[in-house]
Amino acid sequence: MVKKITTNKLKHDEIIKAESKNLNFFYADGTQALNNVSLPVYENKITALIGPSGCGKSTFLRCFNRMHDLYPGNRYDGQIILQPDNTNILSDGVDPIEVRMRISMVFQKPNPFPKSIYENVAYGLRVRGESNKRSLDEKVEEALKGASLWNEVKDRLQDLAFNLSGGQQQRLCIARALATEPEIMLFDEPTSALDPIATMNIEELMSELKQKLSILIVTHNMQQAARISDYTAYMYLGKLVEFDATNQIFTNPSKKETEDYITGKFG
Amino acid sequence: MAIQNKPAANKNLSSIRKTIANHKRYDFIFASLGTLVIASLTITLLILFLDLVIDGYPRFNLDFFSNFPSRRAARAGILSAWIGSSLVLLVTFIVAVPLGITSGVYLEEYAKKNWFSDLIEINVSNLAGVPSIIYGLLALGLFVYSFGLGQSILTAGLTLALLMLPIVIVSTREAIRAIPVHIREAAYAVGATKWQVCHNHVIPYSYGGILTGVIIGMARAIGETAPIITIGALTFIAFLPPSPIGLEPPFLNFEWLESGFTVLPIQMFNWISRPQHAFHINAAATGAVIIMLTLLMNGFAIKLRYNIRKKIKW
Amino acid sequence: MNPENDLIISPRLAKNFRRNLMERFIEFGLLCSGLVAIFITLAIVYVLVSEAIPFFQYVSIKDFLTDTVWTPNYSIKHYGILPLISGTLTTTGIALIVAVPLGTITAIYLSEFASHKVREIIKPILELLVGVPTVVFGYFALMLVTPMLQKIYPDLTTFNMLGPGIVMGIMIVPYIASVAEDSMRAVPMSMREGAYAMGATRFQTAVRVITPAAISGIVAAYILAISRAVGETMIVAIAAGQQPNFTFNPVESAATITSYIVSVALGDLEHGGIGYQSIFAAGLTLLIMTLLINILGHAVRKKYAERY
Repeated sequence: MVKKITTNKLKHDEIIKAESKNLNFFYADGTQALNNVSLPVYENKITALIGPSGCGKSTFLRCFNRMHDLYPGNRYDGQIILQPDNTNILSDGVDPIEVRMRISMVFQKPNPFPKSIYENVAYGLRVRGESNKRSLDEKVEEALKGASLWNEVKDRLQDLAFNLSGGQQQRLCIARALATEPEIMLFDEPTSALDPIATMNIEELMSELKQKLSILIVTHNMQQAARISDYTAYMYLGKLVEFDATNQIFTNPSKKETEDYITGKFG
Repeated sequence: MAIQNKPAANKNLSSIRKTIANHKRYDFIFASLGTLVIASLTITLLILFLDLVIDGYPRFNLDFFSNFPSRRAARAGILSAWIGSSLVLLVTFIVAVPLGITSGVYLEEYAKKNWFSDLIEINVSNLAGVPSIIYGLLALGLFVYSFGLGQSILTAGLTLALLMLPIVIVSTREAIRAIPVHIREAAYAVGATKWQVCHNHVIPYSYGGILTGVIIGMARAIGETAPIITIGALTFIAFLPPSPIGLEPPFLNFEWLESGFTVLPIQMFNWISRPQHAFHINAAATGAVIIMLTLLMNGFAIKLRYNIRKKIKW
Repeated sequence: MNPENDLIISPRLAKNFRRNLMERFIEFGLLCSGLVAIFITLAIVYVLVSEAIPFFQYVSIKDFLTDTVWTPNYSIKHYGILPLISGTLTTTGIALIVAVPLGTITAIYLSEFASHKVREIIKPILELLVGVPTVVFGYFALMLVTPMLQKIYPDLTTFNMLGPGIVMGIMIVPYIASVAEDSMRAVPMSMREGAYAMGATRFQTAVRVITPAAISGIVAAYILAISRAVGETMIVAIAAGQQPNFTFNPVESAATITSYIVSVALGDLEHGGIGYQSIFAAGLTLLIMTLLINILGHAVRKKYAERY
């Protein structure tokens, strides 16, 4: 699906990779965390979700890979359409496992498995039934290269992942998510637990990765959103307040609430 | 309303000091009492062990371990008893461990929080509090007669497995609960199914805690007497059950499961029940063996748990 | 989820039949394991009740509960359970007199007085004590404790209820100590700090603040102890003699419900005879007693549970 964007700055065609339509979300205890959220995720672009704590951005992110399914009682209402399948991935007939094999996630706190570096990256492949050693070796190497970690670990692939530094562990988690060749990567505040240099490395990495896939990132750090994203969505109390190209949002937002948040008047 | 005069304040100060001194005295008395009690408990454990060793000393030789029981106390040994114990515990282990782990995994990972899972949980904690002799009665009615398994090693093994089951289930559940949520989420996020997450992550990371529970359960099973007496273990046997491993194919046989048998604690009970003092020495020696085994196993489990707690840095 | 769903589901995202089937199969297998606990409970009730029913067809419940003589295996048969219950209650009572003070003191000391190092050493020792088999305690009762008591009171018979009662108490102390201590440790530090800040000593804090706050756990510990004492078999079987005797006098020998079952099992059990059925009737009585005790404990726990 192709959509013409008519803003002051952008006029070329953007391809929609996934799109949420009128998405509502209710937790098991009844609280509504998302209210009629509709926004596109463009292909090969980085889309950032910003907003104060509790605004629902992580909740929204986790709808994309059906993470909420793990906890009984949660309820989706609305659609997330994935292209090119043109299917609503939230519907009952869709297998969450299949969704997760095409949309992967990197978490806030680096969470490698207590296994070796090699096994961490290979896990996603093994889960798909891949067992050929040569093929695994190749894909692990490729994923580690894609995460800019290969040179640092190529001589100690059998080492425990826990022995890596925080920044390296997070890149390992990125490699783990990359190994299965996802179409969309979801990042949930990936650098909030890391020091500035590690943060910089990962931001560079994301700019490279977007050439191969689409990225949706939740961040608390507005400067980070301004640095790396192409599109930004500002959310507040479960609602989407404004969505636009990043430079538009940060220089000339159309809503006053957006402007208040960005200039630091609250949040 | 007269205002309090200054001189009265001095009197208050000294009575306050007296009160504090009193309280401190009570504090000291209690602390001493506590130390005394704890020291006595430690000494009791030591006395138990030493008493058995000293009383049983005359029998500590290789013959004791390789002789059958006999009417001559000096020649009576525990061969049939320790072999019987080993075989029974083998059955117990094979039955209780897989059953307990899978039960624990089901309760922690699969069961939804509803009345049904509550029911199972109540049952597990109830069973942990049922006196062991009732398991003996259950085994007598069900295994020995209804199922026709007879008074055999198989029956004893199954009975002790039932006793051990709640311990394994509880330690499996606690070990699983210690695994942080974000490790599970990471596994699911890569596309793993529930069973893959259990099989590749949850269970392997719980092995330490599960092992601790298994060792404690086995230590308890070694010392259990009442249920085994109830199902009718023989107290004087001068034969060994047939060996499970043979020299000709198919190398493994199962006749031993049906055999009569005895176990270490029953042998000890049998000897202590006799009036002759000479047999009491045998009982003491057997007791020394049993307590050494249980102390070693429990001590090992405690050390293991300590090491696991230190190593984990999620 | 979403009632109206215009879009067809692409095959790449649809549910994988084989994989889901495998998952369902495994879940079913694990469920069967989970059900074993329920089966065991049902089996216990079934076996005890079905073997006791013929017994109660032969012996009236009135006789069972009021006759003070229990001689099912003698020529003149009496079937009163009271002697066995009196034996159980007496030995349990003695055990509690020993265990409750010692266990509570230990718990308070470990929780409020002891340094970290001391606790690290003593808690494992308590666990080791829990692991000692009861036959060993029985030996202890007969061969060490009774002779010691006989030095004080020379008329004491070899088989009596005092020796095993005391030893049972010692056996139970670690149970009370660890459950009560756990529940005292669970009281938040802020409560202690509040008391200390007002000038209270450790002892005063322990008795006036911590113990009331942890009371539900402490009572649960006592109930656990009672349950354990009532169900104990080998110590009494070895050291109390096995003659049913309707008395509450600790210096006499007696039998408990549990030691009776053992004494019958040691002889020849003719399957289906009245002697055989009597042990199931005794076992059923024991089960009902422990069940009531556990339910009581549960109710008391709930009533006094503190939410921090």
